[in-house]
Amino acid sequence: MELNTLTCHNLIDLLYKKTISPIDICNSIIDRIEKTEKRLNALAHFDKEKALERCKSLKKGPGQGSLWGIPIFIKDNICVKNEMTTCSSNILQGFNPPYNATVIEKLISLDAVLMGKTNMDEFAFGSSTETSCYGPTRNPWDLDRIPGGSSGGSAAAVAADEAIFALGSDTGGSIRQPASLCGVVGLKPTYGRVSRYGLIAFASSLDQIGPITKDVEDAAILLKAIAGHDEMDSTSADVPVSDYVSGIKKGIKGLKIGIPKEYFIEGMDQEVKDSIKSAIKKLESLGAVCEDMSLAHTEYAVSVYYLVATAEASSNLARFDGVQYGMRAEGIKSIIDMYKKTRREGFGDEAKRRIILGTFALSSGYYDAYYLKALKVRTLIKRDFDEAFKKFDVIVTPTSPTPAFKIGEKISDPLTMYLSDIFTISANLAGIPGISIPCGFTKNHLPIGLQILGKPFDEETVLRVAYNYEQNTEWHKQKPNFTNGAMHHL
Amino acid sequence: MSYEIVIGLEVHLQLNTKSKVFCGCSTDFGAGPNTQTCPVCLGFPGSLPVLNRRALELGAKVAIALSCQIAKSIRFDRKNYFYPDLPKDYQISQFDQPLAQHGKLSIINGEAGKDIRIRRVHLEEDTGKLFHQKDSSLIDFNRCGIPLLEIVSEPDINSPEEAYLYLTALKSILEYIDVSDCNMEEGSLRCDANISLRKKGGRELGTKTEIKNMNSFKGVRLALEYEARRQADLLVSGQRIVQETLLYNAEKGITEPMRSKEEAHDYRYFPEPDLVPFNLEKGLLDAIEKDMPELPEPKKNRFIKDYQLSAYDAAMMVSDKGMADYFERCAALYNNPKTIANWLMGDVSAYMKNNNLRIMDLNLKAEHLSGMIKMIDSGVITGKVAKELLIEVIQTGKGPEELVREKGLEQISDHGLLDLAINQAIAENPKSAEDFKNGKENAIMFLVGKVMQKTKGRANPGIVNDKLRAKLKGAK
Repeated sequence: MELNTLTCHNLIDLLYKKTISPIDICNSIIDRIEKTEKRLNALAHFDKEKALERCKSLKKGPGQGSLWGIPIFIKDNICVKNEMTTCSSNILQGFNPPYNATVIEKLISLDAVLMGKTNMDEFAFGSSTETSCYGPTRNPWDLDRIPGGSSGGSAAAVAADEAIFALGSDTGGSIRQPASLCGVVGLKPTYGRVSRYGLIAFASSLDQIGPITKDVEDAAILLKAIAGHDEMDSTSADVPVSDYVSGIKKGIKGLKIGIPKEYFIEGMDQEVKDSIKSAIKKLESLGAVCEDMSLAHTEYAVSVYYLVATAEASSNLARFDGVQYGMRAEGIKSIIDMYKKTRREGFGDEAKRRIILGTFALSSGYYDAYYLKALKVRTLIKRDFDEAFKKFDVIVTPTSPTPAFKIGEKISDPLTMYLSDIFTISANLAGIPGISIPCGFTKNHLPIGLQILGKPFDEETVLRVAYNYEQNTEWHKQKPNFTNGAMHHL
Repeated sequence: MSYEIVIGLEVHLQLNTKSKVFCGCSTDFGAGPNTQTCPVCLGFPGSLPVLNRRALELGAKVAIALSCQIAKSIRFDRKNYFYPDLPKDYQISQFDQPLAQHGKLSIINGEAGKDIRIRRVHLEEDTGKLFHQKDSSLIDFNRCGIPLLEIVSEPDINSPEEAYLYLTALKSILEYIDVSDCNMEEGSLRCDANISLRKKGGRELGTKTEIKNMNSFKGVRLALEYEARRQADLLVSGQRIVQETLLYNAEKGITEPMRSKEEAHDYRYFPEPDLVPFNLEKGLLDAIEKDMPELPEPKKNRFIKDYQLSAYDAAMMVSDKGMADYFERCAALYNNPKTIANWLMGDVSAYMKNNNLRIMDLNLKAEHLSGMIKMIDSGVITGKVAKELLIEVIQTGKGPEELVREKGLEQISDHGLLDLAINQAIAENPKSAEDFKNGKENAIMFLVGKVMQKTKGRANPGIVNDKLRAKLKGAK
């Protein structure tokens, strides 16, 4: 059996029965990476000796932490103590944080094995993982295509069985969209559900860390592991964490599902549309009550997002100035010269574009017209959801308007690229949880994702709907085959 | 044409919390460079601020002491600018919803009182400190993240002297409520001033300049005096005032334009997304109000009423909380508050000033000072002896009674001994004796002085005076 192809909950069973050891899993992951990583480029930093060492230094188990011996990959914007953490940016080359993110502390305390860091769009700015300083990650379902982004490395690694599961971060869809495009499960928790301490901020009011996994049960397990209030993060909520794994196995009979008409737009891919319609029928057949509804301010979400997110980013990224850590440009003459050269050489084009956009939006004379107005419309978008959730338990939509596009196809056209997140952004603006799960394939065998949005802190219902759907379909069992040059198989 | 001076002051105050405003690092002054830092105050990527409630409470305490209205919900904003002493390249501060607004501070200029309105009080984080070397600069981030309270006055201050009095009164209140060390040299209190001139009786404000880099209250007064003159000279000669930031050069006693290009900064303020809004619960504010010590103004009024001090003496006694407490301790031990106040303002203050000591650092027990005054009043020692005795008490820590006994400093009222000294004095100074006899009233003082000299100040001056008069008049 190839252990790397299994899920976390499969492995926990095997480890408990002592038929396998953590080293076996680790070796199987390493073998897979050696075979596939050259083609995928899903990882930003991976040192197999270090991974093995961590595995060997585990306390004797099983019966230790709930993730004892389970390997996990981490998106490169989450700080791991003394491990290079770069956000796939040149400006953070050489940055070894002197501390762990809170989620990392939690994983370590549960005896998970940190394997390495996954590739991403630079500072999570992108929907394709093409803006990474390490080069683009490829989609395991079609190596000529992007895996989505910005957590494209995590999604591709999980889809290609280089990872059992991984952590991503989601600011406007960066977990759900790549999960959708790679045919895996990606969950963005409620804002405040998971501590952001140690997540290198893109947009502080939107960022959340979440799981990217092979099935819904693993998403429940990983969410349970990382969720909870953290004194180090004032924006983390003091709301009890449910036992998601037992919660998801209940049925969905009588559950009310809203289908927002604004999410079925002109120009969206017909195959995506059809798959979502079938998925809705499936949910109905499982006893859910689906009803068309409206989220009236949806059309403004992308505009609002690109003001709020860039404004916050322009401020969050100011600290990369060459003074304390990361890269400092050579041959500098003055402090201003150091700032300019370091940032000119250190940031890629998309990072610069967003810093400039955000700086402009916050500038005196423009603040009211852009940033302040965006905040007001954000409130309206949130109210849409508040209203909707008075009536519906969850809302179901497509995750992405299209399946994975070709590498290079949209990179020179930022506006088209920004529209890739059109269906995922609202959840971040409203702070609500959302999951993407596999719900079909195009005729070219590209995965399609179903998005399920829920009430704040009601990840349990989101996961339950996802689990019920998944257990009654076969999509999540499909594996890409790209190792022999073949692009797809079923 | 005559001009009126218009001044507004911005005071930055380090609050004396144990830990910094957004992390747990110590705020102690004087530790080795960068030893009191952590990922949060160093602004490392991924780190997040968590508000120190104590800083908010101390800020609220100041706001209440300055009669401000406190905001119901406290929000922080980011002030964005690039500078190496600011590790995140933005400062967490407060912009359009400050902690408190609309307060006032009373000052007394001569006999007249005046209220200076406080525009706003807000909480922010301090920056690091730069040390420039020949070819490089070093940064110490220990100071970075220390809670800083900015107290901004309305432009109600109309002279450099009033500015000085405002600062003194503010410092006095701040010390009373024990929220800061208020030490300008250590930088725990800093002050910037805005100053402009307007035509007397006019309403329109003139162009203002901002003065920075003043490191004492006297420096503030001197800088403002200089700047007011400079502006007046410009206006009188028909020139324009340029709105700019000036640095005070204490050595030369002048203000100079800041050398760096002072572009109009756009700080791009926006709400700090890493901190949720905080509510100051009514209960907490009530508790702060309840725990508020008696402030200088009410204390002064009480001193006038309870101790029959003059307004001036009372103001002097309450200007420093340590002094006021000390005064009350002495007055409780011996009921002669007026004389106690005189000694505190006179010899005790002089000694403190000469030795750069505060009353609490002074080795002078309240029992000793009040005991000594009692000895004067009851005629055991003379006032002249007491002056030297005071220093002796401070330096040895011994009680005045013990020292008087040891050194034999009791006042001499023994007529035989006094007669001896008086006869000697007259014999040695026949001219003065003659002068007095001829009606020169002043000459008697000279002779009394001589007798005091001979008795090392221990002679009872009243008796000496009487005896001398009797002797010289009788001899006439």
